[in-house]
Amino acid sequence: MKHKFQYFSIGLISSWLGIFGLASFLIMVVMSFLEHDPDHIALWHFTLENYKDLFNPIFLQIFLKSFYISFLVTATCLILGYPFAYIMSRLPEKLQSFNLLLLLLPFWTSSVVRSYAMMSLLKAKGLINMILLSMGIIHTPLQILFTNVAVAIGLIYNLLPFMILPIYANLERFDISLIEAAKDLGAKYHTIFCKVIIPLSMPGILGGCTLVFLPAMTLFYISDLLGGAKALLLGNLIEDQFLMANNWPRGAATSVLLTLIMGIGLLIYWFKSNKGTRYESVL
Amino acid sequence: MNRSFKFSYLIVIYLFLYIPIGTLILYSFNNATFSMLWRGFTLDWYKQVLQDGNLWIAVWHSFYLALTATISALLIGTLAAISLYRYQFRGKNILQGLLFILIISPDIVLGIALLILFSLNGLALGYWSLYIAHVTFCIPFVVVIVYGRAKGIDPNIFAAASDLGASELQIFTRVVVPILLPAILSGALLSFALSFDDIVISYFVAGPGFEILPIKIFALARLGVNGKLNALCSLLFALTLVLVCVSQWIVQRRKL
Repeated sequence: MKHKFQYFSIGLISSWLGIFGLASFLIMVVMSFLEHDPDHIALWHFTLENYKDLFNPIFLQIFLKSFYISFLVTATCLILGYPFAYIMSRLPEKLQSFNLLLLLLPFWTSSVVRSYAMMSLLKAKGLINMILLSMGIIHTPLQILFTNVAVAIGLIYNLLPFMILPIYANLERFDISLIEAAKDLGAKYHTIFCKVIIPLSMPGILGGCTLVFLPAMTLFYISDLLGGAKALLLGNLIEDQFLMANNWPRGAATSVLLTLIMGIGLLIYWFKSNKGTRYESVL
Repeated sequence: MNRSFKFSYLIVIYLFLYIPIGTLILYSFNNATFSMLWRGFTLDWYKQVLQDGNLWIAVWHSFYLALTATISALLIGTLAAISLYRYQFRGKNILQGLLFILIISPDIVLGIALLILFSLNGLALGYWSLYIAHVTFCIPFVVVIVYGRAKGIDPNIFAAASDLGASELQIFTRVVVPILLPAILSGALLSFALSFDDIVISYFVAGPGFEILPIKIFALARLGVNGKLNALCSLLFALTLVLVCVSQWIVQRRKL
């Protein structure tokens, strides 16, 4: 009896994840090595062409731009998010959970809804332009919507909590007596911050950066809505290959590359953070 | 850092998070088609949303999909979490690794991997493709939440139950599930929200026959800002607000 139940539950999860998680992914990897054929999904013919294509200057440019935007977004989220997490972790417990609720509330609505909200704020006749015009700071409406700046703002808006939460989780467990010890030993506030607080919260910072950097390359709908027609992010490139250009093998190759980038990011995170905090700060 | 600086910093970040939504809600009452100038109060946009039959079909589809996917993910995920906790078996590490990878891998990769799998097997894109995709991305979250709670169970309870003659299935339904109920409920809440809001994976595996709300909103938003969409999004935000408040209220009551 014990065995029946055990086999059933393990069999169920293994077969579901085996087929839809592992097998689908392996098929994608195989497809990335097949030849493109406009009439079928792919030709059963081994080739490295799809990967060579990715080093084409046009695609390289998209990669670099996507990296650049992700980097900017991650840096801005860190600069905005770290003080927020720090202040929040020092509040009384009741206020902490209230702040957590307030921070996460917008994020229970669909991210498309939030991106749309940002769209109406940034457009030429939107609120920001109206305020700036009426204050006389500018005389013609700024073109913010459909630029890279708008995409970056949209990404920051959607990803900021993913930076704040891991850092907050880390700082919350921070032993305050360490700061007092440093003070007793004559350290200035600046020194305490750079030599005690920052190094000890490194796992949180790295976790947050991983959680922001990777999605910032792939959230194609934000760039579709806020950035106009230009393919800007790696995610847009994949979307295009599958739904517009109909070149599935190349799209698969791009995804494999994206997964490799993710793997490298994780490895860095793995080696830099200490064992105990690994899972918690990622999950 | 002094107190007032701290509070103003928090407030600035909150303004950044809430102003877009606030503007959206405010302008859903504005009596003008495209302009952001205030042309007077109106409920017309809400009326249009309520009268749009296609929209409500999409809402129903999303709800139905989220509900069925959540129930299946909950069943598979809970069984998986308990197996991972109680049994030693070959391939356990691989299974755990796979769950971990599914959580952190970009949504878009899972979306296209499933799209390729479905089209090779000739599965038409529609309800079933969406259902499989949503169950797949919800399972790992359920497992993580339920497993986290299961780690706290005293293993002697199982020994006691089996000494008293309970079968493995009885132990599951009478002992394990009641203890894990809070974790199972929060797993359900999370996977319902994830499924209801998902756009990236759904975008690749949705078909024209089964339209769901996030994709409909995405398509409408691409056409530009308008009052009707403002009203629809405001309604969705209000719904979220109510759900979050209710779940908070339940959590608070449990603590007392």
